[in-house]
Amino acid sequence: MLNTLLPILLFTALALAVLGALRRVRMWRRGRPSPVNLLAGLLAMPRRYLVDLHHVVERDKYMSKTHVATAGGFVLSAVLAVLVHGFGLHNQILGYALLVATVIMFSGALFVFKRRLNPPSRLSKGPWMRLPKSLLMFAASFFIATLPVAGILPEGTGGWVLVALLGVGVLWGVSELFFGMTWGGPMKHAFAGALHLAWHRRAERFGGGRSTGLKPLDLEDRSAPLGVEKPADFTWNQLLGFDACVQCGKCEAMCPAFAAGQPLNPKKLIQDMVIGLAGGTDANFAGSPYPGKPLGEHGGHPHQPIVNGLVDAETLWSCTTCRACVEECPMMIEHVDAIVDMRRHLTLEKGATPNKGAEVLDNLIATDNPGGFAPGGRMNWAADLSLKLMADVKTTEVLFWVGDGAFDMRNQRTLRAFVKVLKASGVDFAVLGLEERDSGDVARRLGDEATFQQLARRNIQTLAQYRFQRIVTCDPHSFHVLKNEYGALGGEYQVQHHSTYIAELIAAGKLNLGQHKGGSVTYHDPCYLGRYNGEYEAPREVLRALGIEVREMERSGFRSRCCGGGGGAPITDIPGKQRIPDMRMDDIRETAAELVAVGCPQCTAMLEGVVEPRPQIKDLAELVADVLIEQDAPAPATSPAAKREPAEVH
Amino acid sequence: MSTKVISLVSIGAHPSSGRARRAEQDARAVELGLQLAGDNLQVVHAGDPREEALRAYLGMGLEHLDVLEQPAGADVLGVLGDYLRQAGAQLVLTGSQAETGEGSGMLPFLLAEKLGWPLVVGLAEVESIENGTAQVLQALPRGQRRRLKVRLPLLATVDNAAPKPRQSAFGPARRGVLAEHQVAVVEDPVLGDDALQPARPRPKRLKVIKAKSGADRMKAATAKASGGGGKVLKDVSPQEGAEAILKLLVEEGVLR
Repeated sequence: MLNTLLPILLFTALALAVLGALRRVRMWRRGRPSPVNLLAGLLAMPRRYLVDLHHVVERDKYMSKTHVATAGGFVLSAVLAVLVHGFGLHNQILGYALLVATVIMFSGALFVFKRRLNPPSRLSKGPWMRLPKSLLMFAASFFIATLPVAGILPEGTGGWVLVALLGVGVLWGVSELFFGMTWGGPMKHAFAGALHLAWHRRAERFGGGRSTGLKPLDLEDRSAPLGVEKPADFTWNQLLGFDACVQCGKCEAMCPAFAAGQPLNPKKLIQDMVIGLAGGTDANFAGSPYPGKPLGEHGGHPHQPIVNGLVDAETLWSCTTCRACVEECPMMIEHVDAIVDMRRHLTLEKGATPNKGAEVLDNLIATDNPGGFAPGGRMNWAADLSLKLMADVKTTEVLFWVGDGAFDMRNQRTLRAFVKVLKASGVDFAVLGLEERDSGDVARRLGDEATFQQLARRNIQTLAQYRFQRIVTCDPHSFHVLKNEYGALGGEYQVQHHSTYIAELIAAGKLNLGQHKGGSVTYHDPCYLGRYNGEYEAPREVLRALGIEVREMERSGFRSRCCGGGGGAPITDIPGKQRIPDMRMDDIRETAAELVAVGCPQCTAMLEGVVEPRPQIKDLAELVADVLIEQDAPAPATSPAAKREPAEVH
Repeated sequence: MSTKVISLVSIGAHPSSGRARRAEQDARAVELGLQLAGDNLQVVHAGDPREEALRAYLGMGLEHLDVLEQPAGADVLGVLGDYLRQAGAQLVLTGSQAETGEGSGMLPFLLAEKLGWPLVVGLAEVESIENGTAQVLQALPRGQRRRLKVRLPLLATVDNAAPKPRQSAFGPARRGVLAEHQVAVVEDPVLGDDALQPARPRPKRLKVIKAKSGADRMKAATAKASGGGGKVLKDVSPQEGAEAILKLLVEEGVLR
């Protein structure tokens, strides 16, 4: 009987799975076109899965081993089960192989089960609680059903009772694992995930690459939507990517906005996009809601506007674009791209950038800086430094990109310190002076692609007039935009953050440095330097050269927590239960360091905004400048200067 | 209720960069108009239809903006007056003073005079429009409001007491139409070559602090600005009134 029952169950489940797959594919195809090489993607997929994805999962050893056993065992058992029980190839060797596969899968599933006994809050419950049982049931049923094939038990053991039991077990197993995969069950992640890896919108991320720059909107194409209004405005492979989510909540655990009680949870956002692409409400979502937003009040449809139906605008504006979620995501989903796409619609079509957003964008358009300062004052900070201007020298080795920190009195100290370092190293450098404009970082992340492209094009035009070997900047945001986002608009440069450049200068022996004397130091990795550009080592090298042993925070390097200053978050200022910089300062305090070294004007501003008493905040450039031993400059003669007559004051 | 509302707009200049933009007060006039009339609001500019800064008004959600084509330096008074009368405007909103060009702030007054309409300066809010009469709030200094009932048609200027203008968005700004209208051009005889000269900041009256105590200083800082030496003349003959004014002008050194 089993020999007739099992093939029927297996092939029905497989047929239903194919049907479900076709239905799901049709849902993805509602999205807009995206240029992806379908075949090359499919060919590259196994490697992306086994190497790139595994690297991310491997950060959690328990889970990576569990997943390898369960998933590997499952794929093997499924193939063998179809051969043995589906096509009736009752070969003893195949039978033994299937037994081994189900045992591997069963032991993996036991660990899944164990983790689900007391799951952390980041994990989704609901159908996901059922999954380990389904896995165990699948493995156990096929194990027992295969014993006769392997010749361990005689045919027909157990009679009708066993057949009935196995029938139920197999039915449960294949329902969850075969057609549940394409009809929206927890196993959907395997089906959608595999295709998502194959047709990922950032293929450069695989094979050790990095792709973090936002993709430009084609503003020339009047028919293309300005950003994403409804789920169908995403590209099809973005929709596919949302479907790949396993709801592991690693993003939620790392998200600074979620931790601060702002109404954002990256996992929920991706699940909301899944609801949007399939239609429905979020009542059945089994994970943590957006802080302060109860479940069941939001719903959507592929052709309905997302904002204020499916997702509230504040959720989108809470994001600091720190990319912690993307970095953590084992399925390589691009949360930040999706958020910026939706912000673009709000800003470019609705004119609904919250709080100071509109004012900042107006300032950028009218004055080329977010503060609305008179453009003529851009070089006031360097009035006494006699810096060389590109307009005069035309060609230089290092172009020092000053950034909008030029208007900020705190950041001017950093800039002046860096100039001191540059001068001491004797390197040939110059600045753009009044020709420099905002890099466009804030405009772009607030969704104003038009203003970004305008600023970028003008900057590219300016830079094209001059010859230089590299651009060096103290601002990781400018650094990222110049390095990774100007390329799409025709500006390719070698760009370095000042920490990288100072590390090079030190390595080349061009700086004569003393030792740091100011007590213990920790280092805060800026998101746009670290996660966006992979530079974790150079700042630490610089600190080591100053004789500093960095007291690392628990969350440092690629897991560094954002200061709260990115993505225009201080401008849109969505309220939460606490402030992100306060949480970061708590991380810093845990190290008991007396000073925190930073490499970003935003981080400086956010961390210095934390009330005292707290550790001091200093930029790397300041720390280096403090210990600089200038040999050729004669000590400033303490001039026996004319005792001045007291001026008469009226 | 369908009252024909027209907002008049000009080209502004950013105070620190001087770059062309939507004028702050005119944008408030458009905002107020949008709140009153929604999509029925008509927005009119007399000037160059190729000026890109006008798109910033379209970005507030207007489908089109009517431009009465005028060269720089033309006298737009007559053109605007004729246009408003022909368009059947009931409520015309405009900023108090342009940020570019002559910027004398006289246009609303001259326009109201030419049309023979009442003028409300410093409009803060339109409370209701019923039976050809508008009930409005006029902004006075120091946050005070005066409720007025004015018959339509009405010309009103807005300043910073009016609601903040909404953000201008790129999409609608790009889609919106700048509709050119060919109209007569009147040369401005007064605005000759050397009629304009850079403005000099008005000298400030020296502030003499006589206060002895903290409470006095507080009072001086928060009290209404007043000349102190003035007096209220009531029920006096025109002759006496004119003499009092003349005396004051001589005292202040305006007349010698």
